[in-house]
Amino acid sequence: MRREEKLSTRAQVLLWTAQRASAAVLAVCVVAHLITVIYAVRNGLSAAEILGRTRGNAAWAAFYALFVLAVAVHAPIGLRNFLSETFNWRGSGLNIAVTAIALTLAMWGFRAVYAVFA
Amino acid sequence: MSTLRVSVWRGTGEGRFQEFEVPRLESQTVLDVITYIQRALDSTLAYRFACRVGMCGSCAMTVNGRARWTCRTHVDQVAEDGRLEVAPLNHLPVVRDLVTDMTVFFDKWARARGRFKGAKSRRDGFERVSPDSPARRLADAAIECIGCGVCYSSCEVVAWNPDYLGPAALNRAWTLVNDVRDTDNRARLSAVAGDAGCHACHTHMSCTERCPKQISPTASIAGLKRATMAAAIKGEI
Repeated sequence: MRREEKLSTRAQVLLWTAQRASAAVLAVCVVAHLITVIYAVRNGLSAAEILGRTRGNAAWAAFYALFVLAVAVHAPIGLRNFLSETFNWRGSGLNIAVTAIALTLAMWGFRAVYAVFA
Repeated sequence: MSTLRVSVWRGTGEGRFQEFEVPRLESQTVLDVITYIQRALDSTLAYRFACRVGMCGSCAMTVNGRARWTCRTHVDQVAEDGRLEVAPLNHLPVVRDLVTDMTVFFDKWARARGRFKGAKSRRDGFERVSPDSPARRLADAAIECIGCGVCYSSCEVVAWNPDYLGPAALNRAWTLVNDVRDTDNRARLSAVAGDAGCHACHTHMSCTERCPKQISPTASIAGLKRATMAAAIKGEI
């Protein structure tokens, strides 16, 4: 690997920090999401009824936007570690690939949040 | 007299296990077994040892799949059905038979800036460090490492990421981070941070489980993660 392809040490540490911080957010979001899913299923809510509660509701939109953001931060950083350790893939190609995955996850996630809000 | 069947690694990275039969004795250590083979059965066997009493860290080998000090490992503790398998330490190049080249291991101590750097001269008085101070207690918990390589050989992350500094070098760096006399900590924190440093640790804790000195390199690495994170957020590294 060429030296200039490496992220700075500070960037590496901040990525690690971002992954741990996003994990803490995810721990809360996943539990809240599961409770919401179980509530909706047990009460037999239809898609229309669910949309009726989420449309125009800024609190739900903010919660799921935070959830999407945490996923888009957390998953690509973990994937970067996994790919470098398992396939010995390091350097700028890996960083570009996981950045693309982060942007894709964020785009899909925010699109879904917008769809149930607007 | 009962006998022990012993498989011993012969050759370099390319090699094979060779079988030996060794008389079983009371209070016999694995190092006794290897020494018997070398002195009585095959004088070409290469292995390394020095003190024989758990002080020098020279005789670490892989015994029945686990890295151990052979001098402090009794055959009773590890022999399964009268069998022993003795191999060189993992993750290090094999010089020959049971002898590994420790160069990479100690080079990583240097890369982690494991050398004390002070600011005072011999004309200055002694630094007073209270044994009860939090930093001194943290250093104490990690200071007894003798560099045997058992933790390094037991660490999966070293296998996945050959640049990873490993538990021993990071543990050494942590003792110096907690040494109030040391003046090199900014550079040290930068050296031990990131993808090849403390942040590569997955907290499997094999190093802590296998350390013959009951040190917890995992705790030292966790301390480094906190210290480097704080330094990165402040823009110091």
